[in-house]
Amino acid sequence: MEQILLNGLITGAQYALIALGLTLIFSLMNILNFAHGQMYVLGAFVTYYVYGKLGLPFIVAVIASGLTLALIGAIFEKYLFNPVIKKSLREESSMLLAAGTAFFLDALILIVFGEKQRSVPSIVDGVFFGDAYGIDIIIPYNRIAIGIIAVVMITAFILFMQYSKPGRAMRALAQDKTAAQLMGVDLDKYSLIGFAMGAMLAGVAGSLLVTITGVNSGIGGGISVQAFTMIMIGGAGVISGAILGGFILGIVEALGLYYLPGDITYLTIFVCLMIFLTLRPQGLMGKPWG
Amino acid sequence: MKNKQFITRVLIALIFLLVIIPAVLIYTQRNDFLYGITSVAILAMISAGVWLTFYIGRINMGQGAYALIGAYCAAVLITQLNLSFWLALFLAGILASLFSILIGLPILRLRGVYFSMITLTLTEVVRLLAIALVPVTNGPRGITNIPLPGELSIFGITIIPDFANLQNSKIGFYYLSVIAMIVTFAILYRLVHSRMGILLKSLQQNEELASSFGVNISYLRVISYAIASFFAGVGGAIFINLTQSVYPTTFQVADSINYMLYTFLGGLAYVFGPILGAFVLYFSWDILFIFKEYQLLIYSSIMILLMLFLPNGLLSLRFKK
Repeated sequence: MEQILLNGLITGAQYALIALGLTLIFSLMNILNFAHGQMYVLGAFVTYYVYGKLGLPFIVAVIASGLTLALIGAIFEKYLFNPVIKKSLREESSMLLAAGTAFFLDALILIVFGEKQRSVPSIVDGVFFGDAYGIDIIIPYNRIAIGIIAVVMITAFILFMQYSKPGRAMRALAQDKTAAQLMGVDLDKYSLIGFAMGAMLAGVAGSLLVTITGVNSGIGGGISVQAFTMIMIGGAGVISGAILGGFILGIVEALGLYYLPGDITYLTIFVCLMIFLTLRPQGLMGKPWG
Repeated sequence: MKNKQFITRVLIALIFLLVIIPAVLIYTQRNDFLYGITSVAILAMISAGVWLTFYIGRINMGQGAYALIGAYCAAVLITQLNLSFWLALFLAGILASLFSILIGLPILRLRGVYFSMITLTLTEVVRLLAIALVPVTNGPRGITNIPLPGELSIFGITIIPDFANLQNSKIGFYYLSVIAMIVTFAILYRLVHSRMGILLKSLQQNEELASSFGVNISYLRVISYAIASFFAGVGGAIFINLTQSVYPTTFQVADSINYMLYTFLGGLAYVFGPILGAFVLYFSWDILFIFKEYQLLIYSSIMILLMLFLPNGLLSLRFKK
């Protein structure tokens, strides 16, 4: 039981990192970024090449993944999403664009990296045996390290959003776009920063997870659906909700996969989610009516 | 005068769809195009439901779920209860809309992104259910060898001949799906231009305000969602009779997203948008097949470019404001 919970917590930390990026983009621009999973995959591939192939230190690979994705996110926002949102009559039109970019990245990843499953050497070797301390846990040090890095990243992100100037500006925009603009917050600038940061978080999450599960070109769509599930549990557009949703999904998934067959786990999760959302439509932490 | 013009346009469209296209396709023996246009008609019909949900201000990403429900209902009714295809077709639509009322009552209270995300998981739920309910659905192996539609006769007069006796059953399906599409869009057009259409539009703009004027908003949303799902159920049932088999993967999340894309591409403000959207995306995907591994790359680039230059849909070219 402790084993399952711990596995769930470590997976949850990485999930939370994915959901944070999605929720940030959503709260700023009201875009559901369908390409989030693909950005994650892209981050994983950058790490595969920098860390796995070139043999540079892992931290360099994480930074490289983050920066690459931040750049891609910035380009997407500046040249695609921003103009389309300004021109279209209904906000929902950005969804077609988001789906288009998801397909585009999927195709690009498949062409550039091929369809083989890739994995990298773990960043720390060895396995932790809990027997010596009287607890029933066996876990590789690698997973612990990744979990800790993920938690550190989440903390850094929260601190950034709480205390830095761009963080405050973005929170203001998320709360009330018009009021924030009247107070002199530059919408275009912070939308750009927010989108880039959201993409960066996806890239970093991919970079961390590739050391555990490896990566292949096809997993992007599935990751996106998982990320949507997380922000639905927690409430879309709310940072605390994304973190909570990530951890809850991580733990529930670990429990479910242990006690139930794979397909039934997800069926149960989705059905529970629907019942939960009918009782509390805004998720655990969300604003009413998103 | 405007009325007369409208009638002429409808007549031209009908002659084009029911006489000219099939005549040309039969003459040129292009069965692949025939299949393509049949598919487009079915896809447009299913997307019409998505369009209607958009009309009440909800982003519907779960249309595939109702198509799958309709498909399985029809398959089970035809293969296990030996029901006539035509009755099964109708029942599939009814059952899909019954499900949508059950599911819609609670979830239609959700708005914006919450509604769209929950409908996104809905397709997945139905797919997983289809896998799990082995006694009814035969699990992942699906139901195969669904017989072709039989003849439909009233008082001994054959209205529709047995598809198996047709020289080319594909042409039968062409007429079936095109007529179903025409009926669907006629209903949709009539609905939007009726008093109820105006009420539905008020839901899109401001539900609280509409409700304060005495509009029964929950009734309207459930009814329009049920109509939308009826289209999906019938469309799904026709589709699986065309392919004569149904699997849990016949309609999946990607299809649900595609229906949404067709609707967007055609233009959300135009009733006939889904037809054009489905036509353009289906055939551009087909034509791009010659580029092999670059197919998806070029297809998605076209989608991005279209959105960039025509964010209000293809039909916004025609109807400039």
